[in-house]
Amino acid sequence: MLSPEERQEIVAEFEHYPDKRALTIDAMKIVQKHRGWVSDEALKDISELLGVSVADLDSVATFYNLIFRKPVGRHVIMVCDSISCWVMGYDRLRDHLMNRLGIKMGETTADGRFTLLPIVCLGTCDHAPALMVDEDLHRDLDTDKIDSILEQYK
Amino acid sequence: MAKIWVDDKWYEVNPDQSLLQACLELGFDLPYFCWHPALGSVGACRQCAVKQFKDENDTQGRIVMSCMTPASEGTRISVKDPDAAAFRAGVIEGLMLNHPHDCPVCDEGGECHLQDMTVMTGHNYRRTPFPKRTFRNQYLGPLVNHEMNRCIQCYRCVRYYREYAGGTDLQVFRSRNIAFFGRQEDGILESEFAGNLVEICPTGVFTDKTLKQHYTRKWDLQMAPSVCVHCGLGCSTSTGERYGSLRRILNRYNGEVNGYFLCDRGRFGYEFVNSEQRVRQPLSRQDGKLKALAKPKAVEQVAGVLKGNEKVIGIGSPRASLESNFALRSLVGPDRFFSGMSDESFHLVSMMAEILRQGPARSASLRDIELSDAVLILGEDVSNVAPRIALAAHQSVRQQPMETTDKMKIPRWLDHPVREVIQHDTGPLFIATPNATRLDDVATATYRAAPDDIARLGFAVAHAVDFQSPAVPDISGELQTLAERIARTLKAAKRPLVVAGPSVKSEAVIQAAANVARALSKDGKIASLSFTMPEANSLGLGLMGGGNLGAAFKLVQEGKADTVIVLENDLYLRTSAKSLEDFMQAVRHLVVLDHVSTPTTAKAEFVLPASAFAESDGTFVNNEGRAQRFFQAYLPKDDIQESWRWLLEIMEAAGHPEAGSWRGFDDLVSAAASAVPALAKITEAAPTAKFRMVGEKIPRSPFRYSGRTAMLANLNVSEPKPPDDPDSALAFSMEGYPDQPPSSLTPFFWAPGWNSIQSVNKFQSEINGPLRGGDPGVRLIEPPQGGSGLYFSGPSRPFEARADEWLLVPVYHVFGSEELSCLAPAIAQLAPKPYIALSAADAERLRVKEGDPVDLNLAGAALRLPAMVQPDLPNGLAGLPAGLVPLEGSGLPAWTRLSRS
Amino acid sequence: MEKVLTKDVPADGSALDIQGYEKAGGYQGLRKALKMAPNEVVEVVKQSNLRGRGGAGFPTGLKWSFVPRGAGAPHPKYLCANADEMEPGTFKDRLLMESTPHQLIEGMICAAYAIEADVAYIFLRGEYFLSAERLRKALAEAYAKNYLGKNILGSGYSLEMHLHLSGGRYMCGEETGLLNALEGKRANPRTKPPFPQISGLFGKPSIVQNIETLCNIHHIINNGPEWFKGLSKSADAGTKLYGASGKVKRPGLWELPMGTTVREILEEHAGGMKEGLKFRGLLPGGASTDFTCPVGFVQNLEHFFAQESCGWCTPCWSGLSWAEKMLQSIEDGQGQESDLERLAFICRFAGPGNTFCALAPGAVEPLQSALKYFREDFERHIREKRCPWR
Repeated sequence: MLSPEERQEIVAEFEHYPDKRALTIDAMKIVQKHRGWVSDEALKDISELLGVSVADLDSVATFYNLIFRKPVGRHVIMVCDSISCWVMGYDRLRDHLMNRLGIKMGETTADGRFTLLPIVCLGTCDHAPALMVDEDLHRDLDTDKIDSILEQYK
Repeated sequence: MAKIWVDDKWYEVNPDQSLLQACLELGFDLPYFCWHPALGSVGACRQCAVKQFKDENDTQGRIVMSCMTPASEGTRISVKDPDAAAFRAGVIEGLMLNHPHDCPVCDEGGECHLQDMTVMTGHNYRRTPFPKRTFRNQYLGPLVNHEMNRCIQCYRCVRYYREYAGGTDLQVFRSRNIAFFGRQEDGILESEFAGNLVEICPTGVFTDKTLKQHYTRKWDLQMAPSVCVHCGLGCSTSTGERYGSLRRILNRYNGEVNGYFLCDRGRFGYEFVNSEQRVRQPLSRQDGKLKALAKPKAVEQVAGVLKGNEKVIGIGSPRASLESNFALRSLVGPDRFFSGMSDESFHLVSMMAEILRQGPARSASLRDIELSDAVLILGEDVSNVAPRIALAAHQSVRQQPMETTDKMKIPRWLDHPVREVIQHDTGPLFIATPNATRLDDVATATYRAAPDDIARLGFAVAHAVDFQSPAVPDISGELQTLAERIARTLKAAKRPLVVAGPSVKSEAVIQAAANVARALSKDGKIASLSFTMPEANSLGLGLMGGGNLGAAFKLVQEGKADTVIVLENDLYLRTSAKSLEDFMQAVRHLVVLDHVSTPTTAKAEFVLPASAFAESDGTFVNNEGRAQRFFQAYLPKDDIQESWRWLLEIMEAAGHPEAGSWRGFDDLVSAAASAVPALAKITEAAPTAKFRMVGEKIPRSPFRYSGRTAMLANLNVSEPKPPDDPDSALAFSMEGYPDQPPSSLTPFFWAPGWNSIQSVNKFQSEINGPLRGGDPGVRLIEPPQGGSGLYFSGPSRPFEARADEWLLVPVYHVFGSEELSCLAPAIAQLAPKPYIALSAADAERLRVKEGDPVDLNLAGAALRLPAMVQPDLPNGLAGLPAGLVPLEGSGLPAWTRLSRS
Repeated sequence: MEKVLTKDVPADGSALDIQGYEKAGGYQGLRKALKMAPNEVVEVVKQSNLRGRGGAGFPTGLKWSFVPRGAGAPHPKYLCANADEMEPGTFKDRLLMESTPHQLIEGMICAAYAIEADVAYIFLRGEYFLSAERLRKALAEAYAKNYLGKNILGSGYSLEMHLHLSGGRYMCGEETGLLNALEGKRANPRTKPPFPQISGLFGKPSIVQNIETLCNIHHIINNGPEWFKGLSKSADAGTKLYGASGKVKRPGLWELPMGTTVREILEEHAGGMKEGLKFRGLLPGGASTDFTCPVGFVQNLEHFFAQESCGWCTPCWSGLSWAEKMLQSIEDGQGQESDLERLAFICRFAGPGNTFCALAPGAVEPLQSALKYFREDFERHIREKRCPWR
């Protein structure tokens, strides 16, 4: 079941589009904002609300990078792996994170605190290397900086 | 026409086409994947690349996708150009990076478009050492098999399934080089047209799961042109046999009828032919039991019963061929021949035949339906009754929106731009039925009502089109508004169509449909009328004539008949068990010819094993009035033979005068044509047995290098002589004339380099057009110009729900409502269990919930059925699933009491 | 040198609110535009020689002139601002949206007015949370002051403007992919023709325009096309945001006259390469490199493009992933001589004209260039069976 807030937020978007079927991405992102990810059950609920088949929703969900169809940790770390960050030391950053957290890219720590994912260019190349934790952008990184950043997210 | 240059030679082509279509029509072997003639162009696979030049001085040129480029005047292209050829080979190489190269164990092998195109481009060496991507396959139900590793991402499956057929549960997931085509989770594909994926997929991702049970390569099949027996539309099929069993059904393109697609009942219902329930030997009753009997003895004994017997009658069958019915009619005499339809079915079919003959509206082919730009459906749940109409109607709703894209000069073959402009817009489609239908998704408006009210809507529409058509008394404002809206829309359309039929058992609905079509025709429109027919040869029987079942029973009851020959008909499905009981008591000799044992054969004195459609030559007349010939793919084993052959042999043994002069199938066809004026043209349905191509017969098997001699080598090394076929121009052999036969004699599609079903483009006179020399079949009904068009008068009373009774109406299931396909295990698996459908309010009134047992009385028999709540069903109606509950002959729609058990 | 787009960017990294923006002369261009006929706005933009800043460089006014206008034109019409900044090494739109969101909104209203659009969308990259927050606030401010909504400033013209956050996919930056994404579909590119100006969002006439392009519109209306042309050093009018990142002394973003040379940007503005490093190559869009393995560099790029391929046309989804795998194996010391020939083949195979959209041709461009200018580096990897930079 969609929560009243989720439903309300989705319905509020209806008037922004001529056809509520256009809301697939927005609706899934709204649910994800509340729950961290989009479950099969959520797909069914959104499907009924928008009049779009579950298959159509999942087709869209699996196309986009930012819709998670599997549970993620409390915080999602997205490390930019594109060219400027790569030039400026992405590899070291990534290896350090993996060691620190004891997980590989795409995995979640056993305590459910962090999920580690790659992300394409974050558009902050003049401050490379960079990463995002949840909605926060962190730039001009080195390994020391990373350790203190991780501390901010419990 | 436009003049284009291909490799420095000029050709005249239709400029409304893409270059790919033009090139294929000109006979060039240009490879493609994502393009499909019914789906249009989307430019995904890039396989059909050619070099295009600006003018004669341009030597550089540039690569273009022929599918995305119009064949406009002055276009200069090269197919042979080395850059284009290298690029095309590159595309195959790219597709093959992940393809498993598992042809030897793939069901598609030998008729695989990917194989053909790979050979065509010349790519043959894999230059990459990297591991291939792999997928988990899904369970998609008992009909379609899934093997995703073979996928080449052409997107045809989802385009067909979703955009063409309106399905919603097949999609593409993920992207880049790991796109996955399937369902969101494992499960049975919902669309009743899912089986077409088998032919849409250019390789072995989607294959026929029923074929897998008894797999045979195309090149090992013996095939024949055939006609589907599972509804009244008469889709053209190709049957394939090996070792005496029917292995599969494939679509056989027929431009006027089924085009490229079948429904799943038609494709997968065939397994009744291999059923355990087949009768394989003649049986006679000895000491109360049916026992096997040698064939000559059977003929002799049955002839003995008939000789000098003046009390013989024949009961024919709407699922048997015209020839078998005609042989029976000849044996017993026209006055003693009965059509074998239930009384109500006979009445409705005769009425529909008469309406079509009188005109002036013309009966619609499936192609006409696709091209209709406004459709009114009265009483028919076409998705379940005549599914291929539903698929055609799905295309018809695009006709009006495409007028917009025409104005924008977007060619119709440019599929995605057309769809992007149209979005979810649909042209007019009005559906009036008692229960919700799967076509409602694309309907402009739906009307849920009892049969009488559906008829009243139709009459009101007709009156609104032409005030001379009778008005409907006491019409509600709401219904009047709807009727006027429909009338306005139909009048404004260029090619309006009315669909109706006998499904709700209401003559008023049929008459209302006739009035609408006639009113539109009077208005000067080319209006079409499409009546569904209950069975494969219902209209054929309707045209042939003969009494109804009740009349046959009456003769027996009155003692004027005591010997009954029943042709391919289970009387227990035609009338109530109670009325049959009296009949069976009064009959002295009962001779039954059929392919499966039924309650009727169980009562017989003699049972003769009749061949099924795939083992028979014969003619069916479809709902359009098109006579279509079907041919046997193989000679059945044991003593099985066509009913007409049994009957001819019996006639001869009984000393019947006509039999001696009929030397075979063609004589029977000619005799039927001259005896029944309405059938005069059936001789034109296909060439006769004398037909030869350059002196040779037409092979039923594809040419192959592995010899047929090896087939029985474990038993006998000497090569058996192929059996003769005196009845047709086809040979039970791969030997014969190797080129294209006439369309009605084409057992399978094949052309050099084109082993898959895609080879059909080599057989069409133009892409999506008729087959060369004309599509198979001949229309028997052409209404006279400016025909009579008299109006029927309408039903006076609207439907009123009753306090203590419910009106029983039949509801239909694509899987379950048709007799023969239910004997196919895969179809039977998909059929629902019997139930009684009630509206939510009525369920509450009866204090039953979903699944609770409900008691009722149906034609004297007590029934107990679980309730099914259908929110859409009007109050006061109760739906019973046809076929799952025996409904024929029980006088539906009928009022009955219901009670909670 | 006159700055236009960045002149009001607050130095502290904050966003200019509506008061600040108005004080700096904001929304004057809009007021002026609303007094002109839509056709006149199109004409002024045409005369200014403004070209799209998204990469293709198509003349903006000309593009608008293809939109059916006046009585009888189909409605609703749409304007879509392409803020899906995702080209590796590109970071200009973020600055504009985070610092001067009203500048974008004003430019968009002017553009929408010119094509008589009814609805405008800002299609924003899903990861740009700060931009989203600032744009949302700015939209609310603009609505409150009737720069948006019904009967804008009493002109009779109405416009709704909405923010859409992307689900995240490079293809959304392609204008027709963006349209599909806005319709809630997979961001596959669409067939052209018909162009979006005729059949775009929801099948209706639409314009998709880059953020930087849109930010120029009201300046042009305010100051006239001749002023705009005068800002440039070349035939292409106006200024341009240029960025440099990687191993340069001063990575950053500068608004410079159109036609500024790469040498000038690198040497004068970015301060040249870091101490001890020598310039060897660059990726247009921003990144420069030295002392970096060219094979690894290209591998990173091809990885990006292969990942972001939408999976529609064969040369792209198949060719790019093959190229990526070959580059990885060369980088890992597993490469073979014949790989170079195969990579060259993929460059032709997935090159211009052969694919459905511009993603793959854009992807093979750096590969082709690397094969040409760094062939020795590739050969060394293969010969030594290792990456010499590791």
